Amino acid sequence: MRHGKYPFVIGFLFAPVALYVTFVIWPYAQAFQISMTNWRGLSAPQWVGFDNYRRLLDDGAFWKAVQHHGVLLLALPLITIAIALFFAFLLNVGGKSSGGQRQGVWGAKFYRVVFFFPQVLAVAIIAVLFQMVYRPNESGLINGVLMKIGLEPILFLVKPNLALWSILAVLVWQAVGFYVVLFSAGMASIPGEIYEAAEMDGASRVTLFFRVTLPLLWDTLQVAWVYLGIAAFDAFAIVAVLSVDGGGPDGATTVLAMEIYRNAFVYSKYGYASAMGVALFFLTLTFAALTLRLTKRESVEY
Amino acid sequence: MSITPEHPAALDRRTVLRRAAAVGMLATPAIGLLSACATSSGGDKENEKAAEGTKSATNPLGVKEDAPIEVIIFNGGYGEKYATDVHEPLYKKAFPKAEIKHQSTQAVSTVLQPRFASGNPPEFVNNSGEKLMDFGALVADGQLQDLTELWDAPSVDDPAKKVRDTVVPGTVEAGSFNGKPYVLYYVSTVFGIWYSAKLFKDNGWAPAKTWDDFIALLTKIKAKGITPYGYAGANAAYYQWNVILTQAAKIGGVEVLKNIDNLEDGAWKQDAVKQAATAWAEVGAKFSDKSFEGLKHTDVQLRQNQYKVALYPSGDWLEGEQKQDTPAGFDYQLMPVPSLTASDKLPATALRATAGEGYFVSAKSKNPKGGLEYMRQMLSTAGAKGFTEVVKAPTVVTAGSEGFAFPPGVASSQAALKAAGQDVFNLYFDGWYKELDTEARSATNELMFGRINADAFVERIQKRADAIKKDSSVAKFKR
Repeated sequence: MRHGKYPFVIGFLFAPVALYVTFVIWPYAQAFQISMTNWRGLSAPQWVGFDNYRRLLDDGAFWKAVQHHGVLLLALPLITIAIALFFAFLLNVGGKSSGGQRQGVWGAKFYRVVFFFPQVLAVAIIAVLFQMVYRPNESGLINGVLMKIGLEPILFLVKPNLALWSILAVLVWQAVGFYVVLFSAGMASIPGEIYEAAEMDGASRVTLFFRVTLPLLWDTLQVAWVYLGIAAFDAFAIVAVLSVDGGGPDGATTVLAMEIYRNAFVYSKYGYASAMGVALFFLTLTFAALTLRLTKRESVEY
Repeated sequence: MSITPEHPAALDRRTVLRRAAAVGMLATPAIGLLSACATSSGGDKENEKAAEGTKSATNPLGVKEDAPIEVIIFNGGYGEKYATDVHEPLYKKAFPKAEIKHQSTQAVSTVLQPRFASGNPPEFVNNSGEKLMDFGALVADGQLQDLTELWDAPSVDDPAKKVRDTVVPGTVEAGSFNGKPYVLYYVSTVFGIWYSAKLFKDNGWAPAKTWDDFIALLTKIKAKGITPYGYAGANAAYYQWNVILTQAAKIGGVEVLKNIDNLEDGAWKQDAVKQAATAWAEVGAKFSDKSFEGLKHTDVQLRQNQYKVALYPSGDWLEGEQKQDTPAGFDYQLMPVPSLTASDKLPATALRATAGEGYFVSAKSKNPKGGLEYMRQMLSTAGAKGFTEVVKAPTVVTAGSEGFAFPPGVASSQAALKAAGQDVFNLYFDGWYKELDTEARSATNELMFGRINADAFVERIQKRADAIKKDSSVAKFKR
């Protein structure tokens, strides 16, 4: 029944498309428009062309934030994926083989649940939690122990060259659980016969991991990389709640979203903040496109 | 298992993951576009529908008797009880037919930004707290009602006396932008360095007036194993730039601060600022605790209540804020920032005092006259007394604090204010230029925790001040 097919399809699409346009596309378009104005949130905005973007070029805080994204972009996916892969391998195929079927290490089911815990907590709660962990005096979780045994406290969030890494550690801690589960699912779909065959040929665990698991997991890894990259472009909640003086000390941990927030909601410079938002938008898109392109390689099908 | 590129099941899993990644890509930059609220508003149209009534002796502002009024109160340190139990009943008594719509919030800008953007602002707003709206931006946009009419109106208690003559000097100026009053700052605030009278008495210490005494005092406290001085770097660095600038004003006179507020060239590089910064950097290096940079103001204040920190810079809201944690007999006392040299322009008793806690009337609301009248009622003796009784803080209304038994801390700050006489000053740049405040905070932490010296401190803040001066999108103010 070809007749009436299109009205039927359009009828179904109309509502979701309208919602998407109103609440996603339209605000995006507006952000582009606002970024060309000097709007301060109250009266009608005045058009200033590319002034805001020109100003971005010599805004120290902006470039600092971009630089931090660079660090996070490299370190966050690398560290998280490495740790998550290691754990997932141990949980799924790292143990003894019984009846030709490879098993996880002893207690794997228990660990799997434990690893997922951070994912269940709200980001803000994690940030508050780590305030306690990092607290620079005797009431901090880490420094309390250090000071008990007579060591100097480590000023995690205060030392400018340590602060960003402290934040990164929290991001990794929070993310690992999810990727352990993601990789576990990926590994579970790798047929056991492949492992069995490789083992018969005398492959060690290390060889198994690099020659069997990793190539067959490539798609999942690629997705993980994109996800983590996007997480590295965000990091707002953790930085806003956890860091000293909102992205401090002296901008040592600031990220773009933090600067956007500050410009929009503290300085009421909505136009300038939108320009930063647009910059972030393009950075994220570029990153995602690059990642998908660069990691595109012949997938092994099975 | 053969390698089959078009195996349907595998393809499915792959495309699903790809698409999921694509969705993720689109979802995240949304944080960057938070500011994309509606701009297509009627926020600019003239206020033609403002309600007005006939003026009379009891209604000098000409309020329309039955016009409703909406009151927004910041539910922070002072709570909202003073409004619901004192000020709103006063208004209701004067205008029984008027309906008062009360709303309180902890995030003023979150609630009000859309209201202003859509041209439907509430009449009366207590703009305060961490998420306050930028006063400068509001003024520049013509959103605030000129309060001249209020200040010149006869006061509630004595029709022969103008409202402006019932408040402490400096109140009108504190809320003025380019000479025009727009904001009512209601709570009298005195800044200084706070200590526990008990701790000092037990150890035989006395508050210092000169710099040598101060350093000697800090040395004695340190010998006792107590951190002599500290502020919270994580979120309250402005408590410390306030001390440094107070010091600078004492050294070089109030002109120093005026130059800074007016964004004069080289204002931050004035000698007085540099001297003050040098002196306080030394205090930070020798008599404070590096870990305080990672603490919030409540943490450091709690440590003072535990007698682990001796001296803490703050305003006189401190005592009320710490009520829950202060041990009995702690006895907060204020010490003005000590003199640095014998040739200081201002005496040791000089201090920064101002009116705090801002209130405004929206010019584009439906009933701005009602908002002004609400302020007039707040500034009556009954309104001020009621406020002081509820929140235990003095108001700017001179008659409102008389005969009230303040707790020891506020009593000491009121005494210090009296002792200062005419040598009371204030500064405004942080309210006018939020960016400069942010820069000063960062620079202060850098200075006090030993990463930069006084020269670099004044250099970097001056750089930001110059940038703001050149920025045409920022409205400028003078005093």
